[in-house]
Amino acid sequence: MLPDDAAAAVPRAASASFADYLGTHHPGLLPSNRTLGPGTASTDASHLAPHATTIVSLTFPGGVLMAGDRRATMGNVIASRHIEKVFAADRYSVLGIAGSAGIGLDLTRLFQVELEHYEKIEATLMSLDGKANRLAAMVRQNLPMAMQGLAVVPLFAGFDTDRHVGRLFSFDVTGGRYEEQEHHSVGSGSVFARGSLKKLWSPRLDEASAVRVAVEALYDAADDDSATGGPDAVRALWPVVYVVDGAGTRRIPDRDLETVAHTIIDARSSAGREA
Amino acid sequence: MTQQFYVSPEQLMKDRADFARKGIGRGRSVVVMSCRDGIALVAENPSPSLHKLGEIYDRIAFAAVGKYNEFESLRQAGVRYADVRGYSYAREDVTARGLASVYAQSLGAVFTAESKPFEVELVVAEVGHSQDADHLYRLTFDGSIADEPGFVVMGGAADSVVDALRNSWSADLSLPEAVRAAAQSLRREGAGTAVPADAEHHVPPALDPSLIEVAFLERDPDTLRGSRRAFRRIGGPELENLLQHGQDT
Repeated sequence: MLPDDAAAAVPRAASASFADYLGTHHPGLLPSNRTLGPGTASTDASHLAPHATTIVSLTFPGGVLMAGDRRATMGNVIASRHIEKVFAADRYSVLGIAGSAGIGLDLTRLFQVELEHYEKIEATLMSLDGKANRLAAMVRQNLPMAMQGLAVVPLFAGFDTDRHVGRLFSFDVTGGRYEEQEHHSVGSGSVFARGSLKKLWSPRLDEASAVRVAVEALYDAADDDSATGGPDAVRALWPVVYVVDGAGTRRIPDRDLETVAHTIIDARSSAGREA
Repeated sequence: MTQQFYVSPEQLMKDRADFARKGIGRGRSVVVMSCRDGIALVAENPSPSLHKLGEIYDRIAFAAVGKYNEFESLRQAGVRYADVRGYSYAREDVTARGLASVYAQSLGAVFTAESKPFEVELVVAEVGHSQDADHLYRLTFDGSIADEPGFVVMGGAADSVVDALRNSWSADLSLPEAVRAAAQSLRREGAGTAVPADAEHHVPPALDPSLIEVAFLERDPDTLRGSRRAFRRIGGPELENLLQHGQDT
């Protein structure tokens, strides 16, 4: 006869999730278990911490690309000029964060460990849809903080190793997961970036021109949104750009981005437009 | 009412140790070697998916012999330990020494308190930035722990593999050379005790890549592959090439 708990171990093993394990055994370590204390639901904490701004992502044949500017703001103050908001999640996926920066960075770290943990326990990579679903669940867990003004909205992109295409996903604070086509952007400058992408994106971009399109979209966002930082030639700060294709995740080196940024700045200077 | 017979603690421990040794002795061998470019892990394992070697963390790997269900649950527990620790402190705060001592406590507690000891033997290997910083912690079923220099062999015919390796191992081996040396010595063992004393002249059959499982802990994964994770499984055509190359030279 099988003892009761021996059979119960089978359904328990269904989840190889690091976040679930933390929730059971070390609940204090989960970002979603941190609360603002006995504030009312109407407490607005959004002015307390820096906000990360614009992320753009676009697909091209054989892969997908994600880029983020380098600015974080607190109200009218620039909190950071160096912040990085786009990260490799694992070998075949990247994510970018917009919204409350500290919570976004915590979420990123947890998500990276979640994917690596699954890979080590199961000896195989999680499917791209599985990764997007896990990220959606983590965003959903942050809903109480989002109600108090500390929302974080990631953008997730990856290479689907079964279908051999790049795919991208956006999320809302309630854990909604939406697969986006062609291109997408999130954050305060996303409206302007999306307008720019609509004109610049084409289905036949190669990797180099996709990088140029992404940097130009961020330039347009920075042009009209005070919370988005443009390329900073004085401090030599360029956007963070990651490419994911069949070979894996790769960060575009700064010297390439410097060339791209200078090309865009020169083209716009010589065009001499005012608006 | 049944009468409990008195069994002396010495006898009790001896019985348990014999039981565990018997279980481990039935298994095939695993070799873990420290060499110039990292640590090579080689296991005799006909299954391509039920691994005896596993990744624990950035620079830490796990190798085991014995009962699969027991060492697999220990491996998963080790991955959880490492990931929780790395997440709550920092990645460089996860060390093989910490993990090995937790394993030792767990194995020791089960050996003395539970009705059956674990029938496993483990190695927790950590690759350092230089060869002196490599650690191979060997853990046995009773919770004893040793930091072994050079190489470790576990499993059924460990003694004959150790004898064979003693001649071929040196600290300057490259990873492919180490794998070939380990595979050669495992093959000696695989040929069984029937091989006559003139084993030196005996020509062993070609190495079959489908019967061994190989993994590397690379010393410098960042420059090699741009990754902080040192563990890499070697399989398929890469393993065939690696073993074939040894046959030709």
